[in-house]
Amino acid sequence: MSHTHTPKCKSMLTSLSDYVDGTLSDELCQEIDRHLADCPDCTVMVDTLRKTVSIVHRCAEDEAQAPAPVRARLYKTLKLDDYIRH
Amino acid sequence: MTEAALSDLSVAALRAGDRAEFARLVDAASGPIYRLALKMLGDPQDAEDALQTTFLKVYQHLGEFEGRSSLSTWLYRIAANEALMLLRRRHPQLSLSDDGDDDLEYPAAQLTDWCCLPEEEFVSAEARTALDRAIQRLPEILRIVFVLRDIEDLSIQETAEALGLSEAAVKTRLLRARLRLRDDLSGYYSGRLEQRKQ
Repeated sequence: MSHTHTPKCKSMLTSLSDYVDGTLSDELCQEIDRHLADCPDCTVMVDTLRKTVSIVHRCAEDEAQAPAPVRARLYKTLKLDDYIRH
Repeated sequence: MTEAALSDLSVAALRAGDRAEFARLVDAASGPIYRLALKMLGDPQDAEDALQTTFLKVYQHLGEFEGRSSLSTWLYRIAANEALMLLRRRHPQLSLSDDGDDDLEYPAAQLTDWCCLPEEEFVSAEARTALDRAIQRLPEILRIVFVLRDIEDLSIQETAEALGLSEAAVKTRLLRARLRLRDDLSGYYSGRLEQRKQ
């Protein structure tokens, strides 16, 4: 699928982060919704951008702890060995 | 690390140099700070160095913490500065104030909808490696904004405070980072889609 974009597609691009974060004004949101209804390529763009952000969030949740040896060395450097929780 | 995760810590005890309270801070914050350093630096040893230096500086300067920003934003500011300092050693020309804000380009490549892939495709070890590589390919001035906002879950305002940037600059850089990452990951996931069709 190749995308022949219109000026509308490009102007939508600047609001995309706020759109996928749900922080865009209602008025601009509705404008983008109307454009997406007529532009399958921009719909793919928005869906894959939203999915990208969601994948990043999910992977970040799984990496919330530093590896145990890294934590142990950190506590040692900070002279906090007596306080380390296993 | 959200401010809520640090909300039961006593700032007064931390400022007074209470070791047990500092240990609780390290316990709550070391994971996110290591994650930030690893995403920024791409190397576990460098990330560990940044982690240790960050907390040494935090302990050294806790007495000066005035609460003008939240404790978590203050920690992230120190960690981000540490990571950027290590990156500047690799690339002395790196400047966070370089805007590099060219016109936004709509992706020239073909658009493939890969959202229909099974969920396990998005969290496989191979997919995580593809994601980490894509993050490493982001220019540093975009990567630090992306890491703070999308990985560490800071608000636009907190990200701006941590980096000393305007909120407008944070929003612009976040969008550029996300678009580049989407482009990059589209290459990987389109390939996965093709493989599944065969």
